[in-house]
Amino acid sequence: MMKQWQVAKRILPLLAVFSLLLSACGREDLSVMKPQGPVAQGQYDLMKLSITIMIVVLIIVFAIAAYVLIRFRRRAGQNEVPEQVEGNFKLEVIWTAIPLLLVIVLAVPTVKTIFAQGEDLSNDKNAIQVKVTSHQYWWEFTYPQYDVTTAQDLIIPTGKKIAFELKTADVLHSFWVPSLAGKMDTNPDGTLNKFSFSAPNEGVYRGKCAELCGRSHAFMEFKVKAVSQESFDKWVNEMKAPAVLPEDTQLAEKFKTNCLSCHAVGDQGGPVAPNLTGIGGKQSVAGILLNQGEGQEDGNSVLDNMKEWLHDPQSVKPGNTMPNPKDLGLTDEEIDGIAEYLANYKLDYE
Amino acid sequence: MDWITTVDHKKIAVLYLIAGGFFFGIGGIEAILIRIQLMKPMNDFVSAQVFNELITMHGTTMIFLGVMPIIFAVMNAVVPLQIGARDVAFPFVNALGFWTFLFGGLLLNLSWVMGGAPDAGWTSYTPLSGSEYSGTHGVDFYTIGLQIAGLGTLIGGINFLATIITMRAPGMSYMRMPMFTWTTFITSAIILFAFPAITVGLVLLTFDRILGANFFDVAGGGNPVLWQHIFWIFGHPEVYILILPAFGIISEVIPTFARKRLFGYSSMVFATILIAFLGFMVWAHHMFTTGLGTVANALFSISTMLIAVPTGIKIFNWLFTMWGGQIRFTAANLFAVGFVPTFVMGGVTGVMLASAPADFQFHDTYFVVAHFHYVIVGGLVLGLFSGLHYWWPKMFGRVLSETLGKWTFWTFMIGFQLTFFVQHFLGLMGMQRRIVTYLPNQDFDLLNLVSSVGAFLMGVGVIMFLVNIVITTRKPADAPNDPWEDGRTLEWSIPSPPPEYNFKQTPLVRGIDAYWKEKMAGHTEMTPAEPVGSIHMPSATPLPFVMSVGIFIAGLGLMFSKDDFGNAFMNGLFNNYIVVIIGLLITFGAMALRSLYDDHGWHIEPEDQDEKGVRT
Repeated sequence: MMKQWQVAKRILPLLAVFSLLLSACGREDLSVMKPQGPVAQGQYDLMKLSITIMIVVLIIVFAIAAYVLIRFRRRAGQNEVPEQVEGNFKLEVIWTAIPLLLVIVLAVPTVKTIFAQGEDLSNDKNAIQVKVTSHQYWWEFTYPQYDVTTAQDLIIPTGKKIAFELKTADVLHSFWVPSLAGKMDTNPDGTLNKFSFSAPNEGVYRGKCAELCGRSHAFMEFKVKAVSQESFDKWVNEMKAPAVLPEDTQLAEKFKTNCLSCHAVGDQGGPVAPNLTGIGGKQSVAGILLNQGEGQEDGNSVLDNMKEWLHDPQSVKPGNTMPNPKDLGLTDEEIDGIAEYLANYKLDYE
Repeated sequence: MDWITTVDHKKIAVLYLIAGGFFFGIGGIEAILIRIQLMKPMNDFVSAQVFNELITMHGTTMIFLGVMPIIFAVMNAVVPLQIGARDVAFPFVNALGFWTFLFGGLLLNLSWVMGGAPDAGWTSYTPLSGSEYSGTHGVDFYTIGLQIAGLGTLIGGINFLATIITMRAPGMSYMRMPMFTWTTFITSAIILFAFPAITVGLVLLTFDRILGANFFDVAGGGNPVLWQHIFWIFGHPEVYILILPAFGIISEVIPTFARKRLFGYSSMVFATILIAFLGFMVWAHHMFTTGLGTVANALFSISTMLIAVPTGIKIFNWLFTMWGGQIRFTAANLFAVGFVPTFVMGGVTGVMLASAPADFQFHDTYFVVAHFHYVIVGGLVLGLFSGLHYWWPKMFGRVLSETLGKWTFWTFMIGFQLTFFVQHFLGLMGMQRRIVTYLPNQDFDLLNLVSSVGAFLMGVGVIMFLVNIVITTRKPADAPNDPWEDGRTLEWSIPSPPPEYNFKQTPLVRGIDAYWKEKMAGHTEMTPAEPVGSIHMPSATPLPFVMSVGIFIAGLGLMFSKDDFGNAFMNGLFNNYIVVIIGLLITFGAMALRSLYDDHGWHIEPEDQDEKGVRT
C-alpha cells in the first residue's frame, strides 16, 4: 500500500504539468482535452494517467539512448574488440517486470472505467432516452418518451443523463461528441449500441461522424445543444405544436408537394429525410453550413446558408440523396421563397 | 527474359525490390496528394470521391504492395545466405509467389484507369464496401487484386518456413540462428495463420458483391460486424508481419555497428514468439467502439497492453547491445538508431489506445493515424531503409553513398516527425480521420499545414534515396565480402554479390554470429562442412509467370462477369464466364505441365565455380 502511494506521489506532479499542457489545446466545444461532462472527464483522466506513464517511459528510454549514443561512440584508433556480453539475467527480469507493473497500474483503472461507463440506462426513468439513427449523411434523433423527432441538432437538458440507443439506416457511422464523450458506432438492426452521457453546462457542442461512410463523411457533422430543463420542456412543446406553413398559399402548396413527401414539419410530412421543424433556429444548415451565432464567428446568415443548400445540395454534400429542387420543377424565385420561409421558421424556447 | 524465368532467390529479391519500390512510390504519391488536400481548411484540390479512393489506395498499396514486398525482397536476399543455404526450399514456388504478387498489385492499380479505384477505406468495412453503397468496380479490384497478391504472400511465407526448418547449415541450431532469420521464421508462421483469414474474408466479400450472397447483408441474414472480425483477425497479426522483420533488421544492424553481440539473444527470441502469439489475441482492440460489450472490451484491453512487455524487452536489449560497444554511425546504423526512440513513441501510444474508454476518444481520429504511422513508418520503413543500406553491398556489390545516405536519414526523419507528431494533437482536438476537409477556425489549420510540409520533406528524403541508388549503380561493383568489416553472420563470409550457388561449400556453424566467431578465432573464412563438389541447381522456367497471367485474366473476367459492354461478342465472352475459364485453363495448364514434365535441374561442376557474383 505504502509503495503504491509513493508511485502516486511521484506521478502526481507530472500529471498536473501534463494536464496543464494538454488543456491548452483546442476549442472547448470540440476538444477531447477540454472535457465538458463526466463521461468525457473520466476518459480524459484515463488518458492523463496513461500519458503520464508513457512520458515517464519515454524519458527513461530516451535518456538511456542518449547516454549510450554519446558515451559509446567509436573513437579514432579504437581497435580492440569490445567484450561480447551475452546478456544479464537480472537486468532482463527487471525490464520485464517494470513494464508489467506499469501495465497493471494502467489496467486497473481502465477496467474500472469500462464497467462504470458501460452501465445500461435504457430502462432508467430519470434518463432522457434518445434513439439516434444515422443516415448518409445526416443524424436523426427520436425522443420516445416525448414522441418527438428532430435532426442535426440534438437538444438536451443540462445535468440529465441522456441514454442513447444507436442504429444506422444504411452504412456504418460513428456518433462522436468529443467534449462530452467518446464515440460509439451505429450498427444496423441486431447489433444496436447503447451508451450515455450528460452535459452539466449549457452550451453547444460539436459532434462528428467518425466512421468512413461515403463521399460526404467529412460533412456529416451535428451539434449537441444543452439547455436548461425549462427550455427543454418548452422546446418539446414547440416541437409538438402544429406545423407552420408558408403564408403564401401558392408557395405553401409547392412546399407541400415537393418537400413534405420526404421531410416533415410539425405534424405534417414524411419521415424519410431530416425533420424541418424549427430549422431556422438551428446551429447549421445541413449540419455543415454554420449559421451565425454564438461561437460560430465565421458563420453566414441562415438565409444565405439555406439558399446555398437549396440551390445546389450536391455541391455542399456530395452523394446525398436530396434531389436538386430545380429538378423538381421549382423556379429560382420559388426556391428563394422556400429558403426564406425555412430560415424564418424558428422555435421560441430559450 | 532472364528475369521472367529466374528462380534464383537473389534475383527474385531484386524483382521484389523493384516492384515493391514501384508500388511504394505510387503509395507515396497518393500520400502527398492527401496531404496537399488537407493543407488548408475547405480545400478543393481533389473531390470527396477521389479523396476516398486516395486514402483507400494509399493504405492498401503501402501495406500489401509496398512494404510487404520490400520485406520479402530483403528476406529473399538475406535469409538463405544467413543460414548457409544455396537457395530457398522451393525456388519455383518462390518465383510463383513474386509473380502472383505483381499481377495482383497490377490488377489493383488498374482500377485507377478502369472506372474508379476502391473507395471504402483499406479496411473496406461492409456495408459501405457492398455493391449497394460502392457501385463501381473499385472494391472488386480490391477483393480480387488482394486475393491474388495475398496468394503470393502466403506461398512465400510457407516457403520461408520450409527453408528455415530444413536448410540450415550444419551446426546452426535454432538458438544459433541470426535474429533476422528468426523474425523471418516467426513472420512466416504468422502469415501462415493470418492470411487464410483475409483470404476467406475476401472470398465472402467477392461472393456478396459479384454473386449476390448475403454474408454481410443484414437484410439477407448476414452481419456487417462479421467482416470486422474477419478483417482484424488477419489485420492485427498483419501489423506484426510488418514490424517483426524490422525488429530483425535492427537486431542485425545494431550489433554490427556496435561491434557487440546482441544483448539477451534468447530473451529476444522469446519476446518475438510471445509478440506473435499475443498478436493473434488482440484483434478486437480495433473494435472497441463497435459495441462488443464491457467484458470483451476489458479482456481485449488487458491482452493488448500485455504486448508492451515483450516489446519493452526488445527495446532495452537493443539499448544494452550498444552499451559498452563502439558505435559507428553509418547511414544504416543511423536508421537503426533512429528507429529505437521512434518506435518507442509508436509503442507507448499503442498502450494508450489499448485502454478502451480512452480509445472511445482516440479511435478513428488523427491520434490513431499518428500512432500507426509511428509504428509502420517510424518502425518498419526506417527499419527497411536501415536494412537496404546495410545489405545493399551484399545484394549488388556496391556500397551506397554514405553521405547521401545520411542526408536521406536526416531529411526523412525530420520530415517524418513533423508530419506525424502533430497529428497526435489533431486527433485529441477532435479531428476524425478519413475526412476530405475540415471547417476553418477549429484550431486544425496550422497543425495540418505543418503535417503537410513534413510529408513533402519525407518525399524529398525518398527521392534522395533513389538518387543514391542511381549514382551507386553507375559505380563499379567492387564491394568486398565484408564491407562493414564487422559483419557477424554468414552472408558476410561470401563474395558481394554472391555467386549463383551462394556457398561453394556449405559452411560449418560453430556458434551464434558464426562468421564473427571464425574471425575472432583468426580465420578469414568459414570452415567448410563438405568437400568441393558438383552443385545442383534448379532450372529457370517461365511457368510461374504464365500461371500468374492466367490468374490475372481469370480475376478480370470474374470482376466484369455481370457487366453490359453494349457489344454482343464482349457480353458473351464475359457474362458466360468464358474469360474466367480461359484464365483458369492457362493457370491449370501450366500447373499440369509442371507436374507432368520432370525437370531435374542442372549442375555446376567444380571447374565452373568461379567466385563472381550474379549479374544484377
